[in-house]
Amino acid sequence: MRTLLPLAWHSAWHRRSTLALVVFSIALATFLLLTLERARHDLRSSFTQAVSGTDLIVGARTGSVQLMLYAVFRLGGATNNVRMSSIEELSRHRAVAWVVPLSLGDSHRGFPVLGTTTAYFQHFRHGDAQALVLTQGRPFGGDLDTLYEAVLGAEVADRLGYRLGDRITLTHGLPGAAAGGLAAEHADKPFTVIGILQRTGTPVDRTVHVSLQAIEAIHLDWAGGAPLPGLRIPAEQARKFDLNPKQVTAALVGLRSRAAVFAVQRAVADYPAEPLMAVLPGVALDELWQAVGLGERALLALSGVVALVSLAGLVAVVLTGLNERRRELAVLRAVGAGPRHLLLLLTAEGGLVTLVGAALGAVLSALAVGLLGPWVQAHWGISLQWAAPTATQGLWLAAVLGAGMLASLVPAWRASRLSLADGLSPRA
Amino acid sequence: MIHARDLEFAWPGRPPCLQIDALDIDAGAHVFVHGPSGCGKSTLLGLLAGVLLPRSGTLTVHGQDWARLPASARDARRADDLGVIFQQFNLLPYLSVRDNVVLPCRFSDARRRRATQQARDGRPDTAAADLLQQLGLPADAHDRPAGTLSVGQQQRVAAARALLGQPSLVIADEPTSALDAALRDNFLALLAGPLRQWGATLVFVSHDERLAARFDRVLSLPDLNRAAQSAVSA
Repeated sequence: MRTLLPLAWHSAWHRRSTLALVVFSIALATFLLLTLERARHDLRSSFTQAVSGTDLIVGARTGSVQLMLYAVFRLGGATNNVRMSSIEELSRHRAVAWVVPLSLGDSHRGFPVLGTTTAYFQHFRHGDAQALVLTQGRPFGGDLDTLYEAVLGAEVADRLGYRLGDRITLTHGLPGAAAGGLAAEHADKPFTVIGILQRTGTPVDRTVHVSLQAIEAIHLDWAGGAPLPGLRIPAEQARKFDLNPKQVTAALVGLRSRAAVFAVQRAVADYPAEPLMAVLPGVALDELWQAVGLGERALLALSGVVALVSLAGLVAVVLTGLNERRRELAVLRAVGAGPRHLLLLLTAEGGLVTLVGAALGAVLSALAVGLLGPWVQAHWGISLQWAAPTATQGLWLAAVLGAGMLASLVPAWRASRLSLADGLSPRA
Repeated sequence: MIHARDLEFAWPGRPPCLQIDALDIDAGAHVFVHGPSGCGKSTLLGLLAGVLLPRSGTLTVHGQDWARLPASARDARRADDLGVIFQQFNLLPYLSVRDNVVLPCRFSDARRRRATQQARDGRPDTAAADLLQQLGLPADAHDRPAGTLSVGQQQRVAAARALLGQPSLVIADEPTSALDAALRDNFLALLAGPLRQWGATLVFVSHDERLAARFDRVLSLPDLNRAAQSAVSA
């Protein structure tokens, strides 16, 4: 073994241009497998971490997945709003402990703006029932004096470089519309950053939080998504208007006892004044995950096929190379190498090539996650963790290595047979 | 030393290509085997080296019948006691000249031990360098990759490798066919010298009968091989 490894290395180095291709294809397969697995893992945890401690999510009647998507993940828009009076009535239900109304529809430089109440900072939970923590400043006050105050998610503050006291203006419309250039600025009513939240790895990181009254105030002189011509209400005068919200997008509901969850859900569904629905976050998440999971499994199968193809490439290259190496192997046989030496030699080469390829793929995957992570976070809200490999990733890596070794056994077995027939005769 | 009786070899499903009733070669003899292409020269060498096994009959080398040894023991014995020189492409192009010569020591402890004794300072590398010098390859070429040498130089390296560790039998399969006349004579002289030192047997196969003068004994394989005779007459 000790004497053969340098030989395997020299021989492989001699054929490095061919082997580099194999290394590259194995690296590519490993890269795909590991990166997809990382994305899949973190997508799943992003989903399940996004909301906890909320018993029901209430919104206008729509699909439960859709309600979940816009209320929790800030993806897509609501087709209908909910009257504030309905939310207030719901909060008087004897089983309901707290209600956090959510008002969506504006954005700031691509990040969604959420109008809510101070109850949000009190009751919202994510991950393993963790509360929101401010790393700097304080929550907005929720009264008229503190009307134009904003609390930023960690990602918003990081990416845009905001600090406490900075002034920001909101954009009418969702992030997608802002990118299309159709949006208009609420430039006349700038907000002051008064708090920055700790990173959570959830959509909260990408959200700009303001009070419901502030959302009302910036839309006083607006109608149907555009400023009313000829009407200008300056920021200070806005305080004199009735800023109590008439409508919100959705609400998070906490119950006194989980046992009441179906009763409250039914009560919401049967609410006579307007068509509403309430979904259990866990159930909606499962439903959502099933929809996403199909694509996820397809991706996984695809990367498995990629791995298979590149391992087949390894076998093919080594087998083709075997013809060129007949001389080399015959020489080795003539100087006393037995079939087991050749077996070892070729398996060592296969192992070496697979190891280098897999290592390269792992490094590439880590680099990609490190470099593209922020971009993925910004565009899809999935925070990719630059962390130690997950168990499944380790399994994939081991599978690639094992399959590589196994694949190199095929040519090794053929070589040990071939060269015996080749024997000493160079013309054979 | 080498005794063959009623030796017969055939590739599977083919008529016999080698049939030798009797062949005896003394230890230390330098034997020249000649004959045209396809008369079974390479097959004979394969049998002598224990790479091929006869279909019937016996072939003993140093009193040992190859056919009685399991495959792994044949490999070990070949590594210990046999030096081989091919027609060409003897070397691993990615190893240095010196590493090519000491290659048998990687696979055989006996060769390594004898190469160590052969050397002035007890290192196989030194034994290899001495042999290369003896065969006319200057020291500055010893560290070059073997693939960069001329064909004539490569054959000398192959000869040095076949001689390292004093194997008792050296077989050479047309090693001079790629060399011109002057180089050929020189090569034969250089090869014979060291072999005489420890009394090794040399079986040298070629179609070129002009080389025969340098050998103790000359064998014509077509005369020896009944299979070739019948093939010719048929």
